[in-house]
Order: sequence, then C-alpha cells, then structure tokens
Amino acid sequence: MFDVSPLWVSLRASLLATAIEFVAGLLCAHKAMGLTGKRAWLLDTILTLPMVLPPTVTGFFLLVLFGRNGPIGKLTGTTVIFSWQATVLSATVVAFPLMYRAAKGAMKQVDPDHIWAARTLGFSERRILWKILVPEAWPGIAAGAALAFARSLGEFGATMMVAGNIPGRTQTIPMAIYFSTVGGDMRTAWIWVGVITLVSAASLALMSRLSKGDA
Amino acid sequence: MKKMVMVGVAIFLCMALAAQGQTESAGEPVEILISAAASLTDCMNELKSAYTAAHPLVTVKANYGSSGALQQQIEQGAPADIFFSAGAKQMQALKDKGLMDDATIQDLLENKLVLIVPKGTTPIASLQDLANAGVKRIAVGDPKSVPAGQYADEAFRSLGLLDAVKDKLVYAKDVREVLSWVETGNVQAGLVYETDAKISPNVTITAVAPEGSHKKVIYPVGVLKDSKHPDVAKDFLSFLFSESSKEVFAKYGFTVI
Repeated sequence: MFDVSPLWVSLRASLLATAIEFVAGLLCAHKAMGLTGKRAWLLDTILTLPMVLPPTVTGFFLLVLFGRNGPIGKLTGTTVIFSWQATVLSATVVAFPLMYRAAKGAMKQVDPDHIWAARTLGFSERRILWKILVPEAWPGIAAGAALAFARSLGEFGATMMVAGNIPGRTQTIPMAIYFSTVGGDMRTAWIWVGVITLVSAASLALMSRLSKGDA
Repeated sequence: MKKMVMVGVAIFLCMALAAQGQTESAGEPVEILISAAASLTDCMNELKSAYTAAHPLVTVKANYGSSGALQQQIEQGAPADIFFSAGAKQMQALKDKGLMDDATIQDLLENKLVLIVPKGTTPIASLQDLANAGVKRIAVGDPKSVPAGQYADEAFRSLGLLDAVKDKLVYAKDVREVLSWVETGNVQAGLVYETDAKISPNVTITAVAPEGSHKKVIYPVGVLKDSKHPDVAKDFLSFLFSESSKEVFAKYGFTVI
C-alpha cells in the first residue's frame, strides 16, 4: 500500500514554518530597517546566513544547540530532536532568510513620506509596520512567503540531521524520495518527485501572480 | 562586461590547458574509483594510501555511502571501478543487472552487529531490553538501503521484538549516521557494526546481536564490468586480499574470511 504520510508531514512542517517565518520575518525586517551601520550589517548577516550555508551546516548548528547535550536542550530539559517539531524547526530556519529579505526589500520601497506622515500623526512604530508598511508592501511580502513555503517544502539536509527519518512522523517528501531511490523503489520516488514538482511550481506561479505589478 | 567575459574565457582556457598538460606529461596516470560501504571508510582510507604509496601512478578515489545508495548510483551509470558492499543483497542486485564482472566477486570480510549506547549512560544489556519503556529512541539504518539496518530489522523480527520497538526506531541514511546520533546522545541506543563502534570513543558496546538472529554480515567486493581500467582494479582487489591488507582489516575489527 502506498504510504501518503510524507505528504502530511511535509505540509504540516512547511505550513507551520511559513506562518512562523511570516511573522518573525516581518518583525526582523522592520527591526533591521531601523538599524544602521555595523549593527545593521551584523543582523543582516546572521539572519541571511542560513540561505547560503549548506543545509548540513545549519543542521549541525541546530543539532548542537537543540540536542540532548546542547545548551537549549539542557536548559529546557527536553529535546525536539527526532520529533515532528524538529521538521518545523529546520524548515523554518532554512527558509526564513527568503521571507526576511523579501519583506525587507519590499518595505524599503514604501514611500518614506507615508511613514513620516504616520509618525506626525502619533503612530507607534509597531502600528506603522502593520498599518502602513505591510499593506503597501504586500505584493513583495506575499511573494516572499510563497517562496519561503516552497523552500520549506523542499528542505532535506538539515531536516535529515535533526528530525531523522521516522516514517509517519518525521519522514517528509524529500526524505521519502531519497530513501525510496536508494532503496530501489523508483515508482514511489517518481510519485513523490511528481508531487513536489507540482506543488513547488504552483507556489512559484502563485508568487509571480502575487508580485505582479510589483516587479 | 565584455572585459569580464574575456577574463572568464582566459581563465577557462588556462584551466583546460593545465588539465591537458597534466595528462600528457606524467606518463600514464590512472584513476580508479571505489564505491565502498560507509562502514569501510576508515580502513579503506588507510589501504588507499598504502596502495598509492606503492603505485605512484595510480590515484585511488573512494565514494562512501550506504550500500543501497552506491548500488543505485552504479545502476544509474556512476563511473565506479570497484564495488565493496556491506550486504550481499546489493552486490547480487548489480550482478543480476549484468553490471559486475562476475568472476571477480568474492566475499572478503565479516562483521558483527552490536548494540551501542552513548558513553556514560546506563548500559542496555541486551536487544530484548530495548523493549523497556525507558528506551525512547533507537537508531538503525534504513532497512531498504542500509545493510546494517536490514540486519537490525532481521534481528528484531527473529527475536520477536519488532512490535515492541517499531515506534522507537529512527532510520538513518547510512550506518555512520546511526553512530553520530548515538555519539551526540540524541538516541539512547543504536545498532551498528562492531567496527564502527570501535572507532568511536564516545560510545559503549553493550551487546552483540545473537548469532543466528540475522544473516551473516558479509562484505563482498568485485570489479565492475564497465570499469575503464579493469587491470588496475583487479590489481587493487588482489591487494585487498593480500596479507598486509588483512592486517589492516583486522586492526579495524573486521574478520577476514
């Protein structure tokens, strides 16, 4: 019987990851816009690093931080390693830079006069973010979210290291593809390759639709 | 822009010429590629250097992975000369597909499947104890592609433990990943080969899988039919069967058949 569980594991991981990236990406992008000089550069580098690092390096950092003997693992007395939450964690970290950079780029394009006008009306910075920046930069932000979703869906390297391969719990579609290929089950591999190609293409189509007029 | 393209072309040409010069000037250097099971990583690295020291014109490259992954790569046309598998199944599959030079295939090594725990944690005395509620996560190789996982699966089945441990299993993509998950303490136990366990100072062997609970762990090796340098590959194979290589295998804990 064909096991469809990788689809649910993958969707759960990438939808939750995209939701987290969305909020965190906006907040971080907003914060980064207010910074200048060295601090802006430092924040930008740290937040963008997972985009260019090999996923195995990101996976290594996560394993060391969140593992049973890692600082966060020790602090909380529990570990997310090899749980379904770990699939969300790795997908979030790896795809976060895409959301963050897209949001920052789009919000920088917003007419500064609007922001200054809001400030003279006594808006708080947080309120400016939600009432001015996000609505005005929406096409770019939504496109970033679609791209981040597609990246989360495709995450393999870091996820393999921190979530392991537990069919029905942490085995995502990319993992199912890897293990059915090396296990000689090409039929299963083809099905999942088809599914992920379709969903990824759909996310990209959605992205270009959302960013129409913006790019 | 134009300038950059020119510079790019120039660099490319230099590299191409350099590569050309290399193959022409150094006599007849030969490179062979060995696809070897992940559990052979350390001893093969040592044997490779020993061989190339005696044969300066030969470069030996190794590609390590789970035997299932290596088998697939070879089926898809990976330019390997020698396949050194940790399982008879993967070698048989390549033989059946007509990709091996059948006459060269021989069983070379035997290994043992052992239960390991992170150093300094409570030892788990037997495979049966893995069923205890205190054991939450056990790492094994993916049974479909990793021979060590296949043997572990057989052992669980024959000992009647599969139902009790099924929900605790985390499947790794090769046996070295099992080892690293145990080393970092992220699983409480794992099943690896004795040779893997021995190279790690951070794990303790607490039990050996009972004799007869799984098929014998045999490592067959052979030359591929499509090898570009079958003579060199065969020579390397006879080197693997030599007395000096046997000593190296034995040092890493393998039993030479």
